[in-house]
This record gives sequence, structure tokens and C-alpha cells, in this order.
Amino acid sequence: MATPVLDKVEAESAASPYITVTMRIRRFNPEVSDASVWEDFQIEIDPKERVLDALHKIKWDVDGTLTFRRSCAHGICGSDAMRINGKNRLACKTLIKDINPEKPITVEAIKGLTVLKDLVVDMEPFFQAYRDVMPFLVTKGNEPTRERLQSAEDRERFDDTTKCILCAACTSSCPVFWNDGQYFGPAAIVNAHRFIFDSRDEAGEQRLEILNDKDGVWRCRTTFNCTDACPRGIEVTKAIQEVKRALITRRF
Amino acid sequence: MSADTSAAIGPVEGGSHYDVENPAPYIEAPRKRTGKTPRATRGNFEMAAWLFMRLSGVVLVVLVLGHLLIQLFLDGGVSKIGFAFVAGRWASPFWQVWDLLMLWLAMLHGANGLRTVINDYAERANTRLWLKGLLYTATVFTILLGTLVIFTFDPNIR
Ligand code: HEM
Ligand code: SF4
Ligand code: FES
Repeated sequence: MATPVLDKVEAESAASPYITVTMRIRRFNPEVSDASVWEDFQIEIDPKERVLDALHKIKWDVDGTLTFRRSCAHGICGSDAMRINGKNRLACKTLIKDINPEKPITVEAIKGLTVLKDLVVDMEPFFQAYRDVMPFLVTKGNEPTRERLQSAEDRERFDDTTKCILCAACTSSCPVFWNDGQYFGPAAIVNAHRFIFDSRDEAGEQRLEILNDKDGVWRCRTTFNCTDACPRGIEVTKAIQEVKRALITRRF
Repeated sequence: MSADTSAAIGPVEGGSHYDVENPAPYIEAPRKRTGKTPRATRGNFEMAAWLFMRLSGVVLVVLVLGHLLIQLFLDGGVSKIGFAFVAGRWASPFWQVWDLLMLWLAMLHGANGLRTVINDYAERANTRLWLKGLLYTATVFTILLGTLVIFTFDPNIR
């Protein structure tokens, strides 16, 4: 009984899972040059590992100057959105085997935000747009002595947009945002949606007015890049359309 | 860039005079958001423009496809088009209204579409101003000229 299992383990360890992958990373270091350049790194990696592991291997074993953000390494903190093979993804949620490791894997900073170094961008304009939509509960009257109750249906109404981790993958995949950073961007609209459609909140009208501005929802051109990019699977474009509809019908 | 993995970024043409004391400028994004966004300025104009694009689009499907069908396919196609053909159609108020509506809707729809494109792509405020000035002038001129022709058309002119 035990023999076949042993055989299998031996066979597996005999065939090494490691493959050689070329990581083509767009480097920028203002202390060296004003230009960004593509640099190739050849590394041995198990294809079941992630792009983040590949970046770690490079940073820890090959070139310590490689600079990128990451914190949780498990798709929760939203630190490591980057443009991998031309698509915005979280490095910590992208497996090497899923992005054709036979060819060089390109990794660059997300677009539309100022590049500070290598893969690190200035997120301030992104968070400014987030703050501008008042992403907090606003209510009138006295504070209740117990929690603010809500029916399951009312909670369901905005469930999708509560999942956002503010990684900026959507906003930095939007061509309107690339051209004009004044646009609020999908992430800010998603987080406004989360409160506009919350039955407990009372500032929906105010947030709608903010997004009715010339750099608000009307700049959206329904490209669907944001929905494709979101690592949380949020239907971002749909949320933007729901805000547009609420603005037209004033029902939310 | 070869497979050289040992070095960090090598000296790049024209960029080597930057160092720790004298760093290069960051790679900036165009028209970055700064500070608090200014408050709404134009009321519901953007919403009206958005709605207009969709409503006029729906009407234009009928008007433009009908127009193309009549002009290019039915009754011998383009070869039939001439002064007499146009005069014959504009004798009827129905086709006058059709063409007038198509003129106004297509021009306003196209102009508003190009306004969006200019807002997207023209980075400097001055470029935007001039391009939009040119756009609005051309739009007003074409709409007025077309309207004038439809209303004052004289089939007996020579
Ligand atoms: C045939 C029926 C038509 C339909 C259904 C239609 C529909 C639309 C819609 C819905 C938009 C808005 C796109 C967006 O904001 O995401 C649009 C944009 C535009 N339309 Fe039309 N349209 C039609 C005909 C025309 C005509 C005849 C012209 C030219 C005179 C035109 C020129 C434009 C331009 C320049 C844009 C802006 C493109 C952009 O936003 O990138 N369209 N159209
Ligand atoms: S909506 Fe999705 S892609 Fe956009 S910031 Fe939130 S988690 Fe990231
Ligand atoms: S490191 Fe936290 S989301 Fe990827």
C-alpha cells in the first residue's frame, strides 16, 4: 500500500519544479538617471510561485536596489498593484504559471501616477480623490445607543463595493485618468458608491453632487478596463453606471 | 538590456550627471490632482451632455442609416444624386425636417464628442482653449450655413 505513494514522492522530487524565467522590469532611479530603462533578470523559480516571490528573489539575492511596495503579500493590503505583462494586477495574486513564463514577464509601475523609484508611485493624488468623496458614514441627529441596524437586503445593495482594498489597479488602468488625473477615477467612485447606497448614510445627495462635477462620473467612457483590472472582482464599471443612474433619477 | 543581472542601472546616455545630491526630476503624470478639488462649477452641464450623446445617438441611428440608404443604395445609388434629386426631396417638408434634424443632431453630437476628446488629450490650458474655440466656431458656422440652405433653398436658381 505504501509503495506507490513513496514512488510518487520520489518521482516528483526527481523532476525539479524550478524553471528559468526572465523578469523584465522597468527601472527608474532619479539618483542615477532621469530616464527609466528596462532591465532583465534571469531567475530560477517554481511556476506555482507568484510574481511577488520573483521580485523578492531579485531583491534579496540579486539586486537589493530593486524597489517596490508590498505589505501583506496575500491580496489584502493593496500595496503591490503593478503593470504585469501590460495588465494591472497585484503581484501577490499573480502566479508565474498563469502569465506565460516562456516569454519575458514585464513588470512596471502603474500608469498615470508620478513614478518615484522603480515600481513605487506617488499615491497621493489617488488618495486625494478618495478623500474628496467623503468615504465615511455621515448621519444627522443624536447618536443611537445601540448599533445602526440594517436589513440583509439593504446590506446586499452595496456589498460589492465594500470589497475595495484601494490598490489603485482600476484607476491607473483607466485611459481617461492617464490623460487627465483630474478625473476622480473608478476607485473613488466605487468608494462613494459604498456609502451612497448604504441605507444608514445620509450624505448620498452630497456625494452625488461631488461626482456630478465635470471631473466626476460623466467622464467615464465605459471602457471596462477598471472591471478587468480589479483584483477583488468588483464590478467597477457597473458601480459607476449605478451612480450615473442615481444622478439622473435621484433615486438611490 | 541583456541578461546582465549583476549591476543595477548602468549609466544612461545624458543621464549620468544625476546623483544622490542632485537627483533627476520624477516622471510626472500629466495634469495631476492637487489639494482639494474645486467645487462644482457648471451645474448639470456634464450630465446633460452625457444624456444628449445617448439620446441623439439613438435618433441618429435612424436618421443617418436612413440617409445613407436613400443616398447610396436605393434607386441606382450615388449616380442618381444631382441638383434635381436634392430639389425633389427638399420639396417635401418631411425631408426638410429630416435633414434639418440630422444636421443639428449630428453636428452637436460630433462637436460634443470632439469636446470630450480635446478635454482628454490637450494637456495645456491654452491648447485646450484654442482647439475648443476652433471647434465651436466651425460647429456654429456649419449649423447656421446648413440651416440657411435648407430654409432658403430655391429649386429655380440658375
Ligand atoms: C449613428 C448613430 C450614432 C450613435 C448611436 C452614436 C453614439 C455615441 C455615443 C453613445 C457616444 C458617447 C460615447 C461615450 O461617451 O462613451 C458617442 C461619441 C461620439 N460620437 Fe457618436 N453616435 C452616432 C453617430 C455619430 C456621428 C454621425 C458622429 C459625427 C458627426 C459622431 C461623433 C462622435 C464623436 C466624435 C464622439 C466622441 C468619441 C469619444 O468620446 O471618444 N457620432 N457617440
Ligand atoms: S475597486 Fe478594485 S481595483 Fe479599484 S482600488 Fe478597489 S480593489 Fe483596487
Ligand atoms: S502585498 Fe498586500 S495586496 Fe499584495
